[in-house]
Amino acid sequence: MSPGSPPQPNCRRFYGHGIPGVRLEELTGRLIVVEGADGSGRSTQIARLVDWLETNGHATVQVGLKRSTLVSSELEKAQEGNILSRTTLGLFYATDFADQLENIILPALRAGFIVLSDRYIYTLMARDMVRGMDEAWLKNLYGIAPEPDAVFYLSVEPEELVQRNLAKKATLDYWESGMDLGLSRDMFDSFIKYQTAIQSVFQSLQKTYNFNIVDANRSMDSVTRELRKKIGALLNEK
Amino acid sequence: MKTFAELNFPGRLVAVEGLDGSGKSTQIYLLKRWLEAEGIKVYFSEWNSSELVKSATSKGKKRELLTPTTFSLIHATDFADRYERHLLPLLRAGYIVLCDRYVFTAFARDVVRGCPPEWVRGNYSFAAQPDLTLFFKTDLEVSLNRILEGRPKLKFFEAGMDLRLSSDPYESFRVFQGRILEQYLAMSSEFNFVVMDANLHVEKQQVLVRKLVSERIELKKFKRRSPLPLPPAHPVGEKLVEVEEDTAV
Repeated sequence: MSPGSPPQPNCRRFYGHGIPGVRLEELTGRLIVVEGADGSGRSTQIARLVDWLETNGHATVQVGLKRSTLVSSELEKAQEGNILSRTTLGLFYATDFADQLENIILPALRAGFIVLSDRYIYTLMARDMVRGMDEAWLKNLYGIAPEPDAVFYLSVEPEELVQRNLAKKATLDYWESGMDLGLSRDMFDSFIKYQTAIQSVFQSLQKTYNFNIVDANRSMDSVTRELRKKIGALLNEK
Repeated sequence: MKTFAELNFPGRLVAVEGLDGSGKSTQIYLLKRWLEAEGIKVYFSEWNSSELVKSATSKGKKRELLTPTTFSLIHATDFADRYERHLLPLLRAGYIVLCDRYVFTAFARDVVRGCPPEWVRGNYSFAAQPDLTLFFKTDLEVSLNRILEGRPKLKFFEAGMDLRLSSDPYESFRVFQGRILEQYLAMSSEFNFVVMDANLHVEKQQVLVRKLVSERIELKKFKRRSPLPLPPAHPVGEKLVEVEEDTAV
């Protein structure tokens, strides 16, 4: 990648109805999404990408789920109590996403930044689909999202994810284990079943959304090399 | 959109819609009092009242953080919470559920704010159609005067100030309410609204409301086996004519 080369204009589109009043041709930055389960190395890879991009003269902004000013603390509280039904939780997450989209992602894209998104609508859709929500309903809801320039799904075998999560925190997260679904009372079993289900939804979404599946069972360094190569090509194209 | 009766729910849902100041809240309150006195299983649910979502809505409104999109989504979240945790179980248990505003409020307001109509309707497509929707139609001036005669301090979003229609909140409110009324009228036949003349006296309207409800719903099927004591009336001094969004702020 040539240092400091400005991103070139591209043909951007929304997945669906979009956001009222937004002019797509103004969004001259780049939107890069890294998806994957907890323990897939998402945050490490994003931190490395930020260092690399900034060293090369690109301005970056990072966003992630449950970080909005509007609802993140309420969402946190609701999850602790586990009192929300699935439609409500789905809409609450969509509100959080929309708030960050309008207040962080779109302004940064207008200003020509490279936005690195730690998860995006695909995780939100996959979680809801595993819980039996209608795919057409979700597609309409998340039709507010602009299509990213690239999406990388860091794929790790559930058995490997268990090992990484336990090595890091010695426990498994309630939601990442899908305990609300009642798949198993055993957290270990539930985690494997839930992550397997999520992965198969991601594979079905891959056909529609055409993202790059990255084999993240490998070492961090080889994953970083692959991401840099693909993002470098993206920034240099046109 | 199917009604709860068509979906074989044992319960029935009655919704009231209309502009702020149309008197719909008074009418549904009086309907509730009557049904309670008749020993009927009845539950009342108000727009924008889910405890859980309230603090986010309130913060968003106070700090003017809401855009048309997040305004729409946060109200949909509130509705979904009440729908899934209260309305559906109660309707399964054979209650008559009374809703002060239903999805049509969002269909009207959010579209006036610029959200695509198909997007808004799609987001609410999990909700069934009420078995009876009463639309309280007043002349725009009448409802505006009811709200504005006390010269209340209108809040930013309730006056539609986010639409930049006018820098004067009263003028903005007038234009905003006018546009909402247009949206309501445009969907009236699509969703089988029963249009009530809200310029009539309160008592006359209530006679009509009770007649309609007893014609549409076989009320004796909804009686409790053992009657409950009559719950208390509205607390003294509580205003029945109020601007909706006040409740959340």
